[in-house]
Amino acid sequence: MINKIVRDMAEAMEGVADGSTVLVGGFGAAGQPDDLIEGLIEQGAKDLTIVANNAGTGRTGLARLMELGRVRKIICSFPRSVGSVVFEELYKAGRLELEIVPQGTLAERMRAAGAGVPAFFTPTAAGTRLGQGKEEREFNGRPHVMELALPGDVALVEAWEADRWGNLTFRRSGRNFNPVMAMAAKLTIVQAERIVELGAIEGEQVVTPGIFVDRVLNVKRGAPWGEASAA
Amino acid sequence: METWSRTQMAARAAQDIPDGWYCNLGIGMPTLIADHIPEGREVVLHSENGILGMGPAPEKGKEDAWLINAGKQPVTLHPGGSYFHHADSFAMIRGGHIDLCVLGAFEVADNGDIANWATSENDSAPAVGGAMDLAAGAKRVWAMMEHTTKDGRPKLVEGCSYPLTAMKAVSRVYTNLAVLEVTDRGFAVLDLAPGVTLDHLRSVTAAPLHDARETAGA
Repeated sequence: MINKIVRDMAEAMEGVADGSTVLVGGFGAAGQPDDLIEGLIEQGAKDLTIVANNAGTGRTGLARLMELGRVRKIICSFPRSVGSVVFEELYKAGRLELEIVPQGTLAERMRAAGAGVPAFFTPTAAGTRLGQGKEEREFNGRPHVMELALPGDVALVEAWEADRWGNLTFRRSGRNFNPVMAMAAKLTIVQAERIVELGAIEGEQVVTPGIFVDRVLNVKRGAPWGEASAA
Repeated sequence: METWSRTQMAARAAQDIPDGWYCNLGIGMPTLIADHIPEGREVVLHSENGILGMGPAPEKGKEDAWLINAGKQPVTLHPGGSYFHHADSFAMIRGGHIDLCVLGAFEVADNGDIANWATSENDSAPAVGGAMDLAAGAKRVWAMMEHTTKDGRPKLVEGCSYPLTAMKAVSRVYTNLAVLEVTDRGFAVLDLAPGVTLDHLRSVTAAPLHDARETAGA
């Protein structure tokens, strides 16, 4: 019998190795797997490469992981935002590598990894600083740059509903990077607000099919800023 | 001399968006355009974090933590709206499905080059977000910006001095002084704010201007 539901955080995080590339879902606070990030902090893996849209805010979550010196490199589109204090400090001190990737290229590099496409050409960043050093080719009279697939060893994903096969739904704009990251990693770990019976998510409603998911942890937490979860 | 306020600039740009267009409005000034879409026109707003048919901010107390825009502010979903993941969202952009993107800019050059993400070559960690994807991918890109910097330097130039966001991307510019089209011959003036003369506009623009106003002589 397939059962991807795990009992606790320790089981969810088991085997995350030092040196892993970890894809972290979310866009701002929406769809960010806060509990799994805490679990990763607890678990202890270090020398990590983190792929996320933002580089953490305040001193909790991703920022905490970085402050503890566990992150070697961050790959993101928007490192500097309100409250990205830890990133600023570490980056200035030369203790954090940074790769800035345009947001759509970031998403497509992970989609490509999940789809078995090793590289692709995009017009995004052609002729700009972020396109420098990349192979360039002209298609339909326009310059394009080659971008490489970005696979993860681990993906941390936030979902709304999940069943024991790992089929997932997402809530509103909390979907964002989560389905793309789920398909791009060797080990996809999900925190889901609700666990439902197999079949309760209709086939048409499944957003991420369970084939992309390895472990599901039930985390009832409600909204990042306190709205009750039973909506 | 009377110049356009930010609200008037937004209203002026909104007036030029036809019924049925799918639009992405950049963070900052372009966001204001949403409040000025003329009555009876259906313009579908796209947000790069996975929303089509984005509606205005919710009433206080009705915010949903899972429903935010690209600026991470709470928003609502218009009936008929939809959610999708980031790769699909940028497929809409890069695939040329988004009719219009309006971006803020530090500089726009008279060949359509735009610089709006990094303020100097030495800034090693600027945040690019979706700006490069939008500028390179949308069917058309308009820039909405003050005509000069706070200390009076022209922002419409012959070649951008700041790091580029995209090459030859912008087709139209809305400023507090004028509306300009980017043509093969450079900037063409379509409209001037009341009381702004072409001579004055030339004095605060670092690129040649052609008069293309309807009232202008041939």
